[in-house]
Amino acid sequence: MEPIVTKGLTKRYGELFAVQNLDLTVRAGEVYGFLGPNGAGKTTTLRMLLGLVRPTAGTVLLNGRPPGSQPSVGALIEGPAFYPYLSGRDNLRVLARHAGVAARRVDVVLEMVDLSGRAGDKYAKYSLGMKQRLGVAAALLKDPRLLILDEPTNGLDPAGMADMRTMVRRLGAAGCTVLVSSHLLGEVQQICDRVGVIFRGRLVREGTVAELRGGADLRVVAAPLDRAAARARELLGAEAVTLADGGLNLAVGADRAGEINTSLVTAGVTVSELRTVERDLEQAFFELTGGETDVG
Amino acid sequence: MWGNVTAELFKLVKRPANWLLLAVALVLGLLFTYVIPYAGYRSGTGGPTADRGLAAMIPAQLVGNSVAGLPVFLGAILVILGVLAVGSEYGWDTWKTVLTLGPSRLAVYAGKLAALAVAALAFVLALFVAGAAASLIIAAVEDQPMAFPSIGDLATGLGAGWLIAAMWTAFGVVLAVLLRGVALALGLGLVWLLAVQNLLAGLAAPLVDWIAQAQKGLPGPNAGALAAALGSTPDTPGVDALVGGSQAALVVALYLAGFLVAGALVLRRRDIL
Repeated sequence: MEPIVTKGLTKRYGELFAVQNLDLTVRAGEVYGFLGPNGAGKTTTLRMLLGLVRPTAGTVLLNGRPPGSQPSVGALIEGPAFYPYLSGRDNLRVLARHAGVAARRVDVVLEMVDLSGRAGDKYAKYSLGMKQRLGVAAALLKDPRLLILDEPTNGLDPAGMADMRTMVRRLGAAGCTVLVSSHLLGEVQQICDRVGVIFRGRLVREGTVAELRGGADLRVVAAPLDRAAARARELLGAEAVTLADGGLNLAVGADRAGEINTSLVTAGVTVSELRTVERDLEQAFFELTGGETDVG
Repeated sequence: MWGNVTAELFKLVKRPANWLLLAVALVLGLLFTYVIPYAGYRSGTGGPTADRGLAAMIPAQLVGNSVAGLPVFLGAILVILGVLAVGSEYGWDTWKTVLTLGPSRLAVYAGKLAALAVAALAFVLALFVAGAAASLIIAAVEDQPMAFPSIGDLATGLGAGWLIAAMWTAFGVVLAVLLRGVALALGLGLVWLLAVQNLLAGLAAPLVDWIAQAQKGLPGPNAGALAAALGSTPDTPGVDALVGGSQAALVVALYLAGFLVAGALVLRRRDIL
């Protein structure tokens, strides 16, 4: 049974569709990256997954059951939120009682997020990073098999971000299904098995990171460049050849590198550089969203 | 369910603002029921409550004295308690933290109401205990009878006081749910309790007959009538035997139930944003 399945999930505010007809499937044991520009509908989707926001249409099933009835789901949505007059430990104690979790689990999760030393301090005195770690600790209280994290590295310093990535990877390796929403594409690229891109409330692309990035290009630096370009167009077709930064970008796989090199040399071209260039997720993301980082 | 109740009780007990509210209520209650009247009696300066004299401050008057403030100024403090308990969950965005852990909205709401009911009872008990201590001291100093009301009268007074206290707390709760926060709920709740009720009773009701009749169905006047039926002096703001004690108790109980149900329906239906 898939941990998360949505069918036709829609949320409308008046005339505005925050989420529209979203079909999302997150498979057991994978770390799924949920990407989209600000305002694309990521957090609304996550809130619907957890029963905080009621869909206008469509269905959500978490482990085959509707939201809110799950014994083993943890979540951190849109930043941490706790009682400022309580200590970090007391906040978790309160939440453990609400969740029906044994009090001894509190110290376990505090240890997991490296907050044991400051657990007695008032939450109001915590730094942003400590608040974020406490939020993750709360999400882990129920020892979840499904973890939903909305921008989990917000407010963390580089070391904290690295720790968070390690933790997410470790949870994924241990069989926990993780849905991570993030605007940090590099982060998603590092930790996620599959990625879904949401734009203007619709899921515009879904696949593995490699699928989304597409194949690698070949980069050629050669002289004379015009002769090299002409020869490459003859060989590969005009649409596969782009002049850029004093060289050629060739939209073909690395398996054709030898053939291209031979062809250029035979044509009297001196090849000084021939290498593969990996496209990163950021390029693919911007192509899908038209370069928008905010949806107005 | 029990976990939600203990979690909410823990939050109430640990929150310094709640202890401040209790302290303010006790100070105000003692000040206006015992300290100032006794100071007036000792100095012989008279004033509007001079005719009550010592007889109004002895232990036998404990029930009426303890619930007298609940229709208005102590009620206002209980509205604040209710608003803070629920409105802060919106202000701090902690509804989402609690609800993403799995308990249903109504289970958390029920836990919150149960904890607030306990808090309201403790609040009224504290008023009775403080009043008992103050009246005993006055009776001892002035060589007055030290007999308390019967256990039955005390229990009735405690129950009625709890009913009024719970009703105002629930008023704060429903305002916080409807307005999804603290500030506006607090402001509107206090304006109703401290200003509108007094204007209706003091200004509008004597002039317009239907308003005078409508008052008999409002929560504040019925709380005042219930307090009056228990022996609270009509000199206290909001205390007036507008209707009989039983009817007043019924109306207050209906408001309590209405506030709780309205809050539950709205909380269950609305998105947690």
